[in-house]
Amino acid sequence: MKTICKLVTANRLADGEVVWLGAHGAWVETIDGALVLEDAAAVEAAEAAAARAVAANEVVDVGTIDVTRQGSGVVPVRLRERIRAAGPTFRTDLGKQAQASRASNAA
Amino acid sequence: MYRYDEFDQEFVDQRIAQFSDQVRRRLKGELNEDQFKPLRLMNGVYLQLHAYMLRVCVPYGTLNSRQMRKLAHIARTYDRGYGHFTTRQNIQFNWPKLSDVPAILKELAEVEMHAIQTSGNCIRNTTADHLAGAADDEIADPRPYAEIIRQWSSLHPEFTFLPRKFKFAITGAPHDRAAIQVHDIGMQIVRSEAGDLGFKVYVGGGQGRTPLVAKLVRDFLPEEDLIAYSEAILRVYNRYGRRDNKYKARIKILVHETGIDELRGDIEAEFEKIRHGVLQLPADEVRRIETYFALPPLDPAATSARFDAKSAGNPAFAAWAERNVHPHKVTGHASVTISLKPIGGVPGDASAEQMEAVADIAETFSFDELRVSHEQNLILPHVRLDDLDKVHDALVAADLAEGNAGLITDIIACPGLDYCALANARSIPIAQEISERFGNAERQRAIGDLKIKISGCINACGHHHVGHIGILGVEKKGEELYQLTLGGSADETTSIGAIIGRGFAGDRIVDAVETVVETYLKLRANDNETFLAAYRRVGDAPFKEALYGTA
Ligand code: SF4
Repeated sequence: MKTICKLVTANRLADGEVVWLGAHGAWVETIDGALVLEDAAAVEAAEAAAARAVAANEVVDVGTIDVTRQGSGVVPVRLRERIRAAGPTFRTDLGKQAQASRASNAA
Repeated sequence: MYRYDEFDQEFVDQRIAQFSDQVRRRLKGELNEDQFKPLRLMNGVYLQLHAYMLRVCVPYGTLNSRQMRKLAHIARTYDRGYGHFTTRQNIQFNWPKLSDVPAILKELAEVEMHAIQTSGNCIRNTTADHLAGAADDEIADPRPYAEIIRQWSSLHPEFTFLPRKFKFAITGAPHDRAAIQVHDIGMQIVRSEAGDLGFKVYVGGGQGRTPLVAKLVRDFLPEEDLIAYSEAILRVYNRYGRRDNKYKARIKILVHETGIDELRGDIEAEFEKIRHGVLQLPADEVRRIETYFALPPLDPAATSARFDAKSAGNPAFAAWAERNVHPHKVTGHASVTISLKPIGGVPGDASAEQMEAVADIAETFSFDELRVSHEQNLILPHVRLDDLDKVHDALVAADLAEGNAGLITDIIACPGLDYCALANARSIPIAQEISERFGNAERQRAIGDLKIKISGCINACGHHHVGHIGILGVEKKGEELYQLTLGGSADETTSIGAIIGRGFAGDRIVDAVETVVETYLKLRANDNETFLAAYRRVGDAPFKEALYGTA
């Protein structure tokens, strides 16, 4: 069985954009930039940072989610979080997946 | 169509100013989320999976071309180029920034639209028959009464913090196209033996976790008592409705726990106290409001020679007209369903370009009038039969000419797990797959009238309980699972569908639907026996056997 790690995620207050907690308390717009939390202490520290970001009105709706490592990245365990990380499953021109494909087209 | 008076405009303008200031204070950090959330919900702003969502009210589903163009403009300027029409006859934008919402609301107010009371525990948009004012079977246009209910319920101080949300639906025809029996209050316009207009009043219907068909609380309510009686019902609900448990707080629970007879006694007693007071509707005021909804100047001498010739010469047009054109009260005219259910498409979605095309068509051919149906389609209410081929051509050009109204691919689906923060499973991809599977025109026509409705959770925004075939998405052990219900209906013979058996995985549910449909085709008495009629005749057993075997 794959080891479960955790990420902290939220929506940005001003525009609702899905974000994950990255290194040094920064909120990042793609799941690849998220800080992968491997133990309870890391989760606790991340949740404390998220609580500060809520208090500072940067983000709303904070949650800690389960992910597994796959290749160099991580994949959320729940479909809900996979959809948040990518966008609607039937329209790849919307959400994060659209930006990803635009970026790769440009490359 | 109804035009704002100075009170309406002032109220909307004030509310925008107030909410804009609240958004500003939220963004500056002067309000926290706990303080702000109820305020944004009162103004139609939700936070969904990917972004905020703004729900804009389309009162009783009626709008004009200018308003539709404004919705297109908002979709293009502030969103991702499309909007989603809902089972509440409203429209939702899926990607607005919170910081843009004040600007969007200002734009909406320019065309007399808003997002007030589209959320929260208040009286929501009254929904109405989408063929209101046009249908040939109508006793009277229900929209003037819906407008009166809107005026009475907007910011009503007593009913702003109800135990739960509260929904009215109203129909002016005996054939119910507005699903009135699954609303908190359902009104059906009737005529008394003396010839007076009034209402049959149903109370306590609803879907969600506990689906219940409304009870008839009054056989005949005189027109003048519409508001007094509604207020009496709301007062009794406000007094006795449960506030201890969110899942038991709707009036349907009160009606079914208390019993309709006892509750009727309470309502009538309250009604007696207030019926001759300020809430009594003056007839001349009703007539004044009716003038806003007057029929446009249709020509009763309009002929159908061109329509007949075009139908004979163009099978694609004739096939579309057979399903999407509905009888009108004035000869030589018709109402048209613009299907937002292209084969394999997303039910209820329209692009900004499509909204503009529809606005142009309505302006040219339907006296500037449009409707949103609770079945997530758009309607041109007043079209000359002899203009239908031109309308059809324009719809073809806009990719809006699917001739599937009321057929198996005319599916209601809620946003589901692709957008909705409350969802357990996806709805839209299931709708798309069913649509592809049955998309062949001949096949769908052979199947005939069949309503499939899909919800991504038990809140039932996709009306699955009243689908002839209903599909409910649940989550089981981290996987999407779909429950199938059969025999639901939302018309004057309303019934709640029964769960047929254990659920199906996402990659099996469309096969299961196909099995149900094939079973029906084999057992129907003749080609005219609809799925619903056949199901009611034979019951569950043959479908169960086909799905699960006899074991
Ligand atoms: S039925 Fe559930 S999943 Fe669908 S829109 Fe309503 S709340 Fe969301």
